[in-house]
Amino acid sequence: MVLFLVWWFWSAGSKSLYFPPLSQILKSVWDQWVIGPARAQLATSLEHLLVGYVIAGLVGIGVGALLWSLRYLRDATSPYLYFLYVLPAPVLVPAAMTLFGIGFTMKVVLIAFAAVWPTLLNTLDGMSGVDQVKLDTARVLGVSPAGRVLRVVLPAASPQIVAGLRNSLQVAIILMVVSEWQAASDGIGYYISNAQQSFDYVGMWSSFIVLAIIGIIANLLFVAAENRALHWHYGARAVEGRNR
Amino acid sequence: MTTPGKRPGTAESTTAAPVISLQHVRKVYGGAAGEKVALADITFDVARGEFACVVGPSGAGKTTLLRTMAGLAQPTAGAALFEGTPLRSVPPGIGVVFQDYGRSLYPWLSVARNVELPLKVRGVPKAERAERVAEVLTSVGLADAGRSYPWQLSGGMQQRVAIARSLAYRPDLLLMDEPFASVDAQTRFELEDLILRVRQEFGVTVIFVTHDIDEAVYLADRVIAVSKSPGVVTEIVDITLASPRDQITTKADPAFAHYREHLLGLVMHP
Repeated sequence: MVLFLVWWFWSAGSKSLYFPPLSQILKSVWDQWVIGPARAQLATSLEHLLVGYVIAGLVGIGVGALLWSLRYLRDATSPYLYFLYVLPAPVLVPAAMTLFGIGFTMKVVLIAFAAVWPTLLNTLDGMSGVDQVKLDTARVLGVSPAGRVLRVVLPAASPQIVAGLRNSLQVAIILMVVSEWQAASDGIGYYISNAQQSFDYVGMWSSFIVLAIIGIIANLLFVAAENRALHWHYGARAVEGRNR
Repeated sequence: MTTPGKRPGTAESTTAAPVISLQHVRKVYGGAAGEKVALADITFDVARGEFACVVGPSGAGKTTLLRTMAGLAQPTAGAALFEGTPLRSVPPGIGVVFQDYGRSLYPWLSVARNVELPLKVRGVPKAERAERVAEVLTSVGLADAGRSYPWQLSGGMQQRVAIARSLAYRPDLLLMDEPFASVDAQTRFELEDLILRVRQEFGVTVIFVTHDIDEAVYLADRVIAVSKSPGVVTEIVDITLASPRDQITTKADPAFAHYREHLLGLVMHP
């Protein structure tokens, strides 16, 4: 907040082309992004983000669970998984363009591909760490093998899965912008590079603020969902901490 | 209400088939690197309605024995029969209470939902589930705790939840693996009396594994003493103390001291 005020007053009389006054930037946020033409860019980007992220989450948990349950498959695929995981996803933009063009599919595939790894690896790791006593208990209680995955393994691993989903969200937001940078005709990323190339620095700065707001809102939504889903985990941990 | 109180078989049983029958059970762990014989040769039967305690020093393979009786582990040699059938997996008629309630209860489910789980997977209708959950929670003195989460309760209360959960589906046999080892002495006495009471109420056969000889003598109709690794049965002692047992008078009985001394000798100097 203080930083924001400093920025406001420091930039108030700025005549610099590169650092326009904050008042102008905020006005542009309103004019362009809230009521103006850039709203369409925002909608496009958010649609890519949402679809890509949901796919990443579902595939990450699903494939993670599959690899956990099939030891041979896990051992056979782990070098490839690692290779794909360490590959910086932005370098895949040209490949994705070649394969999928520059449209909706390419962006969603790129976001999903980059964002899947934290969730997938955390799911695998979380599931491997489930307490044997909890699994034995489930067998004794008569829970079927599929039921054991759904009722015991998934909830027991959920704190780690959620941590993975949180990292995936960050990666997805980055890839949302990057995928629109060089290979797009719309979206926030396209707007940024377009503004920069046409010397519209007010527009460029205003996109940054919009991106920050998207990040904050996405994070708030995530934390709200997390607190709801994992309230038992935080409750139990607080009790543990008190008894120590 | 179905089958309250008495269970068919306690009095009117015509066949004398034991609930559990172990015949020369042997269990060996590990392979080429180094074999560890957990159980050398274990043979005993437990009759319907009986309360049997298995005592032995730590490292006597008691947990292995319990896992074998539960169908969670297969014997390397010999046979483990539950109601006449070899145990290949966990049969629906067995309940198990593990030592570590913190690990066996599901922290993401409320107390009532923990207890309800075995009924749910058995397809018991919703209304009956609620009824039975309330019934067993009342039996263990936790009628009002259904909405709480296990981690909000004390250790003794959590173990009561675990007991309620394994009674909810009315098993024929309840296996207990040092269930009261991690609660304080006062709570332990309360839980001992609780298990004697619910055993009567539900007419369930109990096999109770413990290293505590006082506890074994106090609870059991029969004590099965197991030797240090590799485990063999050293002696089976019939306990003929008066029932119902009482923490003060039973333990003051000279016969109690006699059993205690005898079993302590078996466990310490086999």
